This record gives sequence, C-alpha cells and structure tokens, in this order.
Amino acid sequence: MKPPVFRYVRAHTLEEAVLVLSREGGDAKVLAGGQSLVPMLNFRLAHPSALIDINRIPDLDAITEETGAIRIGALTRHYAVESSPLIAEKLPLIAAAAKHVAHVTIRNRGTFGGSISHHDPAAEWPLVCRLFDAEISTTRATGGRTLAAKDFFVSYLTTALAEDEIVTGVRIPQPLDGTGWGFEEMSRRLGDFALAAVGVLMTMQKGVCRQARIAMAGVGSTPLRASGAETLLLGQTINDEAIATAAAHAATECDPPTDIHASAELRRHLVSVLAQRALIAAVRRATSV
Amino acid sequence: MPNLHHITVTVNGVKVEREVEARRLLGDFLREDLDLHSVHFGCEHGVCGACTVHLDGVSVRSCLTFAVQVDGANIRTVESLGQVDNLHPLQQAFREHHALQCGYCTPGMLMTILDLKQKYSLATEAEIRDGISGNLCRCTGYQNIVSAVQDWASK
Repeated sequence: MKPPVFRYVRAHTLEEAVLVLSREGGDAKVLAGGQSLVPMLNFRLAHPSALIDINRIPDLDAITEETGAIRIGALTRHYAVESSPLIAEKLPLIAAAAKHVAHVTIRNRGTFGGSISHHDPAAEWPLVCRLFDAEISTTRATGGRTLAAKDFFVSYLTTALAEDEIVTGVRIPQPLDGTGWGFEEMSRRLGDFALAAVGVLMTMQKGVCRQARIAMAGVGSTPLRASGAETLLLGQTINDEAIATAAAHAATECDPPTDIHASAELRRHLVSVLAQRALIAAVRRATSV
Repeated sequence: MPNLHHITVTVNGVKVEREVEARRLLGDFLREDLDLHSVHFGCEHGVCGACTVHLDGVSVRSCLTFAVQVDGANIRTVESLGQVDNLHPLQQAFREHHALQCGYCTPGMLMTILDLKQKYSLATEAEIRDGISGNLCRCTGYQNIVSAVQDWASK
C-alpha cells in the first residue's frame, strides 16, 4: 500500500511539463490532484518512471467567461467549480453536479482536467462534457489541439489523449437563453461513484421542445447521449406522457455494467427514473425563448 | 538514498526542514518523521478519511498527497487543536456526546468537520451526514458523531 519509486519533477510551465512528458517516452504520468492516480500508485497498479507535478503552473486553474462559453482550466479543483459564482450563475447544472463529485476532502484536491483525463465513465465531469458538447483543449511538445467531448472519451479509463499530451482546459458552450436543466444521480452514499446519473438540457418554445439534450453516466464504457430520446422530444408538445416515453427510451440507449454495486438491470431502471425526474426539472426551469 | 528532496514545511505553526523521498506520503511524513501520531492511515487509498489533515487551511487526504508536494505549505493536524485539559470546542462536543469509541477515525473526522464548517452551514442532520460521508467509523454508527456536530455547529 505504498507507492513505487518514481522521479518527481515539479513543472513550472506547461512547456516544461510537456517537454518532460515527451522525453520520458510515455512512461511518466501527470500529477494534478492525485485523487485517482495516487491510489493506483499505492496499489502498485501504475509504475510511472516519473511524476510531473503540474500543481504550481500558474493560471491553469481559472474559470473564465468567453463569448458564449465558460472555460474551466484543467487544474480547477472540484470545490472551486462547486463554489464559483460564475458557474452558479451561468451553468447551474454544473454547480449542482459538483456536489456529487466525491467527498469534500477530495473535492479540495481533485481537478476537472484530472477527472476527464482519468475518465471513469461513472464520474460527473465526463457526463457534463458530453451533455454540453464541450471542447477539450490539450497540448503536447509538438503543439495543441481541440477535441470534441464525443471524440475524447474512448472507453473505460481511456481517452483520445496521447501519452505525452496534457489537457489544459475545457470550453463549455452556454446553452440558449431560457434553457432548463435537470441533474439526477443515484449512488449508495453521497460522494460515491454514480450507479447511474442523468443530465438534461431542454429548450422550450410555447410548450414545444426546440432542443433536448440527455446525457448518462455509469451506464456504459463512456458517458452517453440518449440521442434517440432527444429526437423523440424534438418538436413535441411536452407533457407527462412525452417525458415518460423519452425517459423509457433513454434506458434502452445505455449499456450498463453489472458489478458488486448494482446489476445492469437495476442501472437501466435507474436511468428511466432519473431521466424522468431530470426532464421534469428541466421543463419546469425552462422559460420560453 | 537516491531521489531525495529538501522540503520546508510549517506544521502546526512550527517550521520544519527535512529530506524526503519523492514517494514519501504526507501522512507517513507527519506520523513517522515528525511523530504526529494523530495521523492515522486506514485504507491508504483515499476511501476511509482517517488520515485527513489540513493543507493551507483545507482538508486533504494525507495518503493521497506526497510530502514533496507540500514544500512551502502550511499543515495542521489534530495536535494543533487542543490539549487534554483544554480541548477544542469540537473535541469537547465529541467527548460530551460519546462520539468516539476506539478513536481511530476521530482525527480525520475532526479535521474534516472543521473544514465542512468553513464551507457549509451544517444546519441540518442531513447536511452533516452528507458532509462526513467520506469518513468511515466502525464503532459509533455515526449517531453520536452527528449529535456532537449538531451541538457544536449550533453554538
């Protein structure tokens, strides 16, 4: 239960961090909050040659407003997201989801960029990225690029990141004015990984759905969009029946695992219940555009 | 020994300098190198909360942080809270409500709860239970811990 030997490199700039990463030829790991990486080291599941500590790189933890979007720096701690007035005002769904991210002590250290780079598909931030169609900025020694969330998450604990590439930030486009939101999660204890979680964004016009987005976590090898259920809602007059039908359809669009925490059947049932609750909340919060 | 790093850390108000191996966990540094025996390792992978200490004023798991990372930082452990004859009000509430039995989880509970109070109102039982959900206690069934926190937080 003690970590293996590694070299410790404290990076002071992103350029320095990616240079060391590329020099180590894929054997080094980036140390941000360490809330997933250090357990893997303690269990000896990871044996990196070096850890590159990015915690002291300045300006990597900013939450800033851009035209039509909010940018969350990779090193932003979960608690900083939870307590940000800008997030609370512009992206209240993300503030609500933050309360489900692990426990307070872990939220103090764990980072947004770390969570999506680690990519546990039951985690909240990958779901949020898929729901908002976030754009993920990365860098490496040879230059930077931007990836769509749908292309970033590949499979369990696997992303499109190259071994020498670092996430620098995430751009979250603002939904249209008046868009309502809902976020529902079920876990054994608050702060545990989700058995299932559902996020919804609904844009309404005179009782008719103009845009629907439904994302699910914990029920597949990546966060998923319920695109079939979204299509069912589009252009429909929203009533209890339309919501129930869409929620039931969302449950058919996931591929949940069975593990010691819950069966696939239970998780699928949870998706239908949570999707229904999130849709009801989103419609209630939406104002006509 | 290879791979040593020189660190300067303020621990419970006292500045200390040490040479540490890169892989030295903060909790082992505090307990083994500085003899701060309130720092208890339970699971050593961030699940039980027993090793919680404060890093620059907020709670962290000392089993998921390396000593080398806290170079220049401020660390607080339970040793800084109160003395046997002069307990911190939260410790006093734990005593009055019999909120510990074996005491293994208590230091982590105390340091977590102090951080929770800086962030949340702790006005309801539900909020307290959610707040301490990352700290495992196998003796009390939590009821007396919740009572102690309610009593302390309402004063």
